[in-house]
Amino acid sequence: MIQSDPILQVQGLTKKFQSKLAVDSLTFSLPRGSIVGLLGGNGAGKTTTLSMLLGLLEPTSGKIQLFGNNFVRNRHSVLHRMNFCSPYVDLPQRLTVMENLRVFARLYGVRDSAKTIARLVDDFRLLELKDQPIRRLSSGQKTRVSLAKALINSPDFLLLDEPTASLSPDVSKWIRQQLADYRERTGATILFASHDMREVELLCDQVMMMCRGQLIEQGSPKELMETHHRSSLEEVFLALNEQGGVG
Amino acid sequence: MNSSTLGRISALLLRYFFLLRSSWPRVLEIAYWPTVQMIIWGFTSLHFSHSSPELTAGGILISAVLIWDSLFRSHISYTLSFLEEMWSRNLANLFVSPLRSWELILSLSIVSMIRTLIGMVPAALLAIPFFGISVFDLGLPLLGFFLNLVFTGWAISQAVTGILLRYGLGAESLTWMLPFLLAPFSCIYYPLETLPGWMQGIAQYLSTTYVFEGMRALIVRGEWLPELMWKAFLFNAVYFILGLGVFCLAFRSARRRGLLLQSGE
Repeated sequence: MIQSDPILQVQGLTKKFQSKLAVDSLTFSLPRGSIVGLLGGNGAGKTTTLSMLLGLLEPTSGKIQLFGNNFVRNRHSVLHRMNFCSPYVDLPQRLTVMENLRVFARLYGVRDSAKTIARLVDDFRLLELKDQPIRRLSSGQKTRVSLAKALINSPDFLLLDEPTASLSPDVSKWIRQQLADYRERTGATILFASHDMREVELLCDQVMMMCRGQLIEQGSPKELMETHHRSSLEEVFLALNEQGGVG
Repeated sequence: MNSSTLGRISALLLRYFFLLRSSWPRVLEIAYWPTVQMIIWGFTSLHFSHSSPELTAGGILISAVLIWDSLFRSHISYTLSFLEEMWSRNLANLFVSPLRSWELILSLSIVSMIRTLIGMVPAALLAIPFFGISVFDLGLPLLGFFLNLVFTGWAISQAVTGILLRYGLGAESLTWMLPFLLAPFSCIYYPLETLPGWMQGIAQYLSTTYVFEGMRALIVRGEWLPELMWKAFLFNAVYFILGLGVFCLAFRSARRRGLLLQSGE
């Protein structure tokens, strides 16, 4: 499933807010079809990195090559091929689940939107919620709708910022399975920022660990555990933290 | 305009339609304020018609109220639709979609025009049976007055939405304040000569002044002065470009400072 050609190539990506260096010369690439976890403590630069990869934040310097296009200069040429989900961004609260999905299907120019929405409603078990306004849903239900919205255009590149934050373990597991199935079915690339080491270990092919805006470790979960002689990613993270390398 | 653009604009129109449909107080509010204004000023006009008939000749007070309100309504409708996105923390979803800034501006303008018409037409129609005054008697110039004030409203809105993007909801009160800052200079209820010299100096750079001077000439003297209308359109073109400039600069600044992801309550 994972192909050698990169979907995303980032070179020297830097973001400075006045005197604070939030992201410092990041260089990495994401192979097509991979699920990559972006790990780091609070303030490590994960959300800043994701924001730049989404076009919400202008980098101070550096290059982002996405689908072979210069994303910093011409993001509109590729935005229809990507999508994102974050618990820090809401969908319109007064609109129902179906209304939201219909609006976003149009916004992304989805062909045969009725069929796509019906499939997503089914996949994310939204049938009973479809006529409920978003504001009446629980956080787990909202996450399911946000993920359905994030997959509405069948994105080739999906960015997720802590999609399972504050969810119960069973819902988190179910969401992980949905994401794995989506990647399996479509060959999409998923970049996944999270605090949950276990989740990243279970889902991701590759892990990038950030600290104070820099990329300090990169590899498969297994490689990282072997390199640091630890039995879990969490132990790797804590060991690096003790050495002053993370967070 | 290609089909993708039309699709994205129709998506936003659908979003605002769903929003209105979900809340009847929102629908009621659109027509409520213009109608209440019309009724209050209608009775005021009726009262003055006995003591000072020159003040109320030809329904000038009610016409002025209704025409001025089209600026306020168009501005509020535009800005409130944008604020809905900020209140619901949905801006980031829009800005990571293929939606372009100009498509957002066009969608907000269309929604604003629809909401302004929903608000103003019932008030203008009700003024006929209530007070025997029809702004529609102004004929084609009414369209010119209306469009000019709607354009002024949009120009203000573009600047305000830019400021909201840059400074967040802390700047929300500007939404209500800015149109009223123009009001004293716009000569809505009095002729330009009434203002002191320094205020006249400012008023002559406002499109609204020419709209109301033109309206008074038409109602009081039955004189149609197209040059005033063109001056108003010219000033509005300048304001529109300035408003757009403020929005674009603020959007760029917000993108540089990482404010697009954080905007919300």
